[in-house]
Amino acid sequence: MTLTLFFFYLFSAVLIPSAVMVVASRNPVHSVLFLILAFFNAAGLFLIAGAEFLAMVLVIVYVGAVAVLFLFVVMMLDIDFAKMRKGILQYMPIGAFIGIILFLELVLVAGSWIMLPEIASSSAMPIDNSISNTKALGQVLYTRYVFLFQGAGIILLIAMIGAIVLTLHHKPNVKRQDIADQVARDPKKAVEVVKVKSGEGLQ
Amino acid sequence: MMEIEIGHYLVVGAILFTIGVFGIFLNRKNVIIILMSIELILLAVNINFVGFSASLNDIAGQVFALLILTVAAAEAAIGLAILVVFFRNRNSISVDDVNVMKG
Repeated sequence: MTLTLFFFYLFSAVLIPSAVMVVASRNPVHSVLFLILAFFNAAGLFLIAGAEFLAMVLVIVYVGAVAVLFLFVVMMLDIDFAKMRKGILQYMPIGAFIGIILFLELVLVAGSWIMLPEIASSSAMPIDNSISNTKALGQVLYTRYVFLFQGAGIILLIAMIGAIVLTLHHKPNVKRQDIADQVARDPKKAVEVVKVKSGEGLQ
Repeated sequence: MMEIEIGHYLVVGAILFTIGVFGIFLNRKNVIIILMSIELILLAVNINFVGFSASLNDIAGQVFALLILTVAAAEAAIGLAILVVFFRNRNSISVDDVNVMKG
């Protein structure tokens, strides 16, 4: 067994049980932590496959942003998670049934499918091993796939605006600055000159 | 780098995908776990893409894996935002309570 294969099995052997723990864990906080572990090991698999940039992006974007977002939401919402797991055994058989069927189908598809040996030598964009993976990815991402890249940016922009619009809400009884109102204020409305007769005072 | 055959990646991806689908059924009530299961499914797809990219010596697979990563991040952000708004309105995140729009 070569070292690469050993590490492949090591990463897979941690990845799959942690994925199981994500869906089977009693506490959602543990689920998120196992999800982080799964992402780390998937990044290891990507490194073995030679996709170094994707491995780093997986760690930075998923572990650094998405998983922390999950953790934040799980801890922010005050939910009785024990009550939610009540009917879980009821769904176990149907879930296992559909899962096994799906897995068998995937195995049948992958097992009965043969790749022609000459396909590997005739790829449209062969990986240039003389430059780094990040550079190679950038060279196609900003040229051939520039529209997809822009589309990804628009998707992220829409997601950002959507998340802000959904979660932002103004409380009604909070005093806030209203710049337009403040600027439009003129002395005639703000100041009143009153002639006070001596000895009477102001009502 | 070329020592790992494509079949290894496909098997890991298939197992991960199945676990994700199983998780959706298992945690039918908890939206947070369902979102995490969807993340697992997308990760399985990414592993397939990267495996094919390495096996076919073609960088296009990595480009598409990057795009899937983008979409998954956007989906998680929107999903959690909807979840927070839903919790604010209903004080619960159970899927069974999502019946406001019932006709």
